[in-house]
Amino acid sequence: MTSYLSIEHVHKTFGEGPTASEVLRDVDLHVDRGEFISIIGHSGCGKSTVLNIVAGLLETSTGAVILDGKEVSKPGPDRSVVFQNHSLLPWLTVRDNVALAVDKTFKGTKSAAERREWVLQTLDMVGMSHALDKRPDEISGGMKQRVGIARALAMEPKVLLMDEPFGALDALTRAHLQDEVMRIQSELGNTVLMVTHDVDEAVLLSDRIVMMTNGPAATIGEILEIDLPKPRERLAMADNAEYNHYRAEVLRFLHERHKNPESEAA
Amino acid sequence: MMSAIIDRTMTFGAGRERPAVRETSTAPVARQTAPPARSGGVPADPGVWSRRLRNSATVVLPPVIVTAFFLLLWEMMASSQGAVLPAPSQVITDTWELIINPFYDYGGNDVGMAWQLLASLERVAYGYALAVVAGIGLGVLVGQSTWAMRGLDPLFQVLRTVPPLAWLPISLAAFQASNPSAIFVIFITAIWPIIINTSVGIRNISQDYVNVARVLRLNGLEYFTKIMLPAAAPYVFSGLRIGIGLAWLAIVAAEMLIGGVGIGFFIWDAWNASMLSDIVLALVYVGLVGFFLDRLVAIVGKWVTRGTQAG
Repeated sequence: MTSYLSIEHVHKTFGEGPTASEVLRDVDLHVDRGEFISIIGHSGCGKSTVLNIVAGLLETSTGAVILDGKEVSKPGPDRSVVFQNHSLLPWLTVRDNVALAVDKTFKGTKSAAERREWVLQTLDMVGMSHALDKRPDEISGGMKQRVGIARALAMEPKVLLMDEPFGALDALTRAHLQDEVMRIQSELGNTVLMVTHDVDEAVLLSDRIVMMTNGPAATIGEILEIDLPKPRERLAMADNAEYNHYRAEVLRFLHERHKNPESEAA
Repeated sequence: MMSAIIDRTMTFGAGRERPAVRETSTAPVARQTAPPARSGGVPADPGVWSRRLRNSATVVLPPVIVTAFFLLLWEMMASSQGAVLPAPSQVITDTWELIINPFYDYGGNDVGMAWQLLASLERVAYGYALAVVAGIGLGVLVGQSTWAMRGLDPLFQVLRTVPPLAWLPISLAAFQASNPSAIFVIFITAIWPIIINTSVGIRNISQDYVNVARVLRLNGLEYFTKIMLPAAAPYVFSGLRIGIGLAWLAIVAAEMLIGGVGIGFFIWDAWNASMLSDIVLALVYVGLVGFFLDRLVAIVGKWVTRGTQAG
């Protein structure tokens, strides 16, 4: 089977000898082009590790990640990352943060004027045109994350990787940005891999939800296909029986079959 | 290096919570709130000025009162029977010629206070500039390479405790001239805090920024200019600030020994001629110049690192 992105039997062990800890055991996942995949699980189950391996920020112990026919061995602009805490460079303005990524990615393929235009276009897409010359410390947390998303999208990645992108935001801002991400993804048709611990977020945004078992040696417990038509409307979904069924499925997985190890101990 | 990256990456998700900041800008209306329009033409109400005056008075008054108190105390003690040191009033009368005429030049060492200070500042400028270049360079090396740190750090830790003047004889022997020796003493005094702070700044670069650089595939030079220097700048500048203070401390002592024009030798010369008032005046100038040097580096640092402290 050849899929766009394949995570092939990935194992990951940190450390060596007696202190070694096995974080991932035989994680195997195949993603089609344009799919929106969420990875959900309790804290410490290694879901961020999976994302970092796909990003190339971590190496696999055994197994491999193959994207569009090529093996992933190091980070690169074809797999841009939206980090949980935005990770904007505080000494650069909003525009320059995105321009850094654009200039680096499209140095040989776009002219300086085209690159400048593209920066403005992506920032417009996330609704940040009004703050081009502001520094990150002058804008709110939600706005920073918008810029983080713009920076990642501006690189036109093959896969957009999001590591709990809305985790640090308040509920209202989070809902707002989720809607934006849904809209942008339906416009651009990106392939997205998102790590989250928010059940509603996973069901609302995803085509498939990958549910991870608890660590150590975590693996994929179950994959839930979300067969709801897109675009999805947050309010309509609240009363949608199917939606609530999916939601309950995920909750059952997380809280019955793979209880949080901490709550079990208590 | 690699293991350090993995260690830090392992803690992803944990301890990275940032305080949730409410977004205020999603509605375009929110950002169009103009500053409240002032009814034009009306002069600012007089209360503003009296309030400003009062505010500045609370800042200015305490140091003025305290200084005046100490001057008075000094005046009284130095005016008593058998006092050896001159009173402030005595200092001013004795040195009036020097104060009002800082730029005279009668040849040789007999030049005005401004020239003396400028000669010292010139030596400090050379020595400090060398220390900045070499110190940041070595700091980057030690901060980047664990091998270099293991090799160089013990050496640095020992050498930095050597008092500035202890370097003077050996540098006089090496350079065979007084001026380069003084500059070397400044250099070797100022360089340690710059090296140490720079390397700490580089070691403390947030893993987030390193990850951004890796995803963007920045090359060495791009990483150095776009990530490393700005991220380490606050640390570098605290090193620079300590460095300039130490350099100014060392120059006076060094100049006492090497002679020639310079505020240090001026003090020594005055002591040999028993002109205590000249020494007091020189001390005041040395203090003021040191204060301004420190402020200068602080201001430059604040300007350069604006924004970098943000999370």
